[in-house]
Amino acid sequence: MTRSELQAEAAASGVPGSGQAAEILRLDRLSLRFRGQRADVVSDVSLRVSAGEILCIVGESGCGKSVTAMAVMGLLPENATQISSGTLHFDGETVDLRRARLPAHLRGNRIAMIFQEPMTSLNPAFTIGDQIAETVLRHRGGSRAEALDRACEMLEKVGIPSPRQRLREYPHQLSGGMRQRVMIAMALANDPQILIADEPTTALDVTIQAQILDLIRGLRRETGMGTIMITHDLGVVGEIADSVAVMYGGQVVEQGPVADVFDNPQHPYTIGLMSAVPRLDSPGGRLAIVPGTVPTIDAMPEGCRFRTRCAFATPGCARRPALADLGGGHLVACHHAPLETNVSVRA
Amino acid sequence: MLAFLARRVLIAIPTIILISVFVFALQKLLPGDPLLVLAGEERDPEVLEFLREKYRLNDPIPVQYLAWIGNALQGDLGVSLRTNQPVTELIAQKLPVTIQLAVMSLIFALVIGIPAGILSAVRKGTVTDYIANVVALSGLSIPNFWLGIMLILLVSVKWQLLPASGYVPLSEDFWQSIKTMLMPAFVLGTALAATLMRHTRSAMLGVLSADYVRTARAKGLSERVVILKHALRNALTPIVTLTALLFGELIAGAVLTEQIFTIPGFGKLVVDAVFNRDYAVVQGIVLVTAVGFIFMNLLADALYVVLNPRLREQ
Repeated sequence: MTRSELQAEAAASGVPGSGQAAEILRLDRLSLRFRGQRADVVSDVSLRVSAGEILCIVGESGCGKSVTAMAVMGLLPENATQISSGTLHFDGETVDLRRARLPAHLRGNRIAMIFQEPMTSLNPAFTIGDQIAETVLRHRGGSRAEALDRACEMLEKVGIPSPRQRLREYPHQLSGGMRQRVMIAMALANDPQILIADEPTTALDVTIQAQILDLIRGLRRETGMGTIMITHDLGVVGEIADSVAVMYGGQVVEQGPVADVFDNPQHPYTIGLMSAVPRLDSPGGRLAIVPGTVPTIDAMPEGCRFRTRCAFATPGCARRPALADLGGGHLVACHHAPLETNVSVRA
Repeated sequence: MLAFLARRVLIAIPTIILISVFVFALQKLLPGDPLLVLAGEERDPEVLEFLREKYRLNDPIPVQYLAWIGNALQGDLGVSLRTNQPVTELIAQKLPVTIQLAVMSLIFALVIGIPAGILSAVRKGTVTDYIANVVALSGLSIPNFWLGIMLILLVSVKWQLLPASGYVPLSEDFWQSIKTMLMPAFVLGTALAATLMRHTRSAMLGVLSADYVRTARAKGLSERVVILKHALRNALTPIVTLTALLFGELIAGAVLTEQIFTIPGFGKLVVDAVFNRDYAVVQGIVLVTAVGFIFMNLLADALYVVLNPRLREQ
């Protein structure tokens, strides 16, 4: 399926691109650092997710994408994190992240999260049923029997065979793919409006990966929940995303509807990332790579953090570029944007 | 699960046999002749020979061992060379005292050690953690006999709150018995609490960074549930092992503490027996203590199965 077809499918199923439908979650200008660091690991990051939208955050390891998600969930260790700015708007509530975390009654209830490590994310000492029922009881109350019924229903929904039986099983009795399904069942048990998925398929093999992505896509269509998916895999983005935010060095460098960003990348880093993806339709030649390595957070250059690796860098790049709208919600943080359409990265 | 436990019990059997052989052999290897003690200052060679026959000391050693272990299996551990009292009877007298002291000490150790360990793990690097560690280190460093004497001086002599020493059987006067045992149990318990606290702390630190603890937080559970349910449950295994071992140690007796509080327990019995070369008593006590140790280990194994679902299906 091509991206334009995907886009058409998304439009047909009533899934909005960025900007049109009801916004559920908005993160404004999040900046934070860990104690002892000299620069922000997440710097001025803003995100927004609408109902039914899948937003992918992409970037290399250490670019701040997971930290951003953890900050939204309120899972960062309080005494080791300094949040200098950031406001979370969610479902009519406003949380000033400098002073407060996402309230616990929303966590696991209206906003839920799944993680990269399905093998270790479930508690080995409790049954699957107990662990799903626990989150239902926590947020919905009711009897244990009702909570277990709900758990069973959820297991069925995520495609786990003979769910009644599975309720009494322990995590070690399930495969990695099954455990990630259980995690999803647990996360969705209270019908959240937002699902944050932190590299949910990275630890799984390719066929299971596709199944899990299908599952998330299906559930999104069914429930209309918004999804923030964190990944470093552009293949995943192409397959599932409605919109995408590219992060580099703790900053969002490019953001917009997936078709715009993929077909017309405007930030040199995005262009580098795109051309580092092997493609079947252009055989031969070497893959382009982004030269150099990501500087450590303490060694990040002033201004545009990509400039030390950028082919287009000029002295002006020592000023931090603002995220500017190129039209249609396609935002780029580069002084040189829009790049001439004929500019391509030397392969 | 049953297979797992059965295997543990099967392993325990040769261990017990081996220990009994060691206990028996050790006595034979010790220098000194108990009969010289028994026969008194003016020894008549005929009396000595008579005694050797009586206690079958002229038989080959393996025969002596088989006779001893055969009787032991029937609950007959021989008679004390000094008092002529059956060893089984002596042990039956002292064991309840020692068990009561051990249980009360362990309660002190658990009630202080585990919460302190959890707290210092959760508050790692804070003042609370620091204080807990200093207190634990002091607990480990302060000798029991000194703490015992200080407590007697303050609590019994100065404030006259608790009896300074002695032992009252539980069956005689329950509360008086508990009161009399309170100070020695506290002295023993606090020392163990320090060890327990250090182990609880490190076990908790290990699990607090686990992915499933993050999951528990992501579910919106309260910090209390996250720590006391999701983390502690997984940190319990080393704590259970340690507790079983500590209890075994307590059963073996606490000589100094028993001496200070004049408690007629195992510790005093074994020391007296060793000094008097009362072989039968020493053998009996060591055997009972060793079997007690092994039993505590079996109990710990059984608890692992309860705590760790992965062990259940083997």
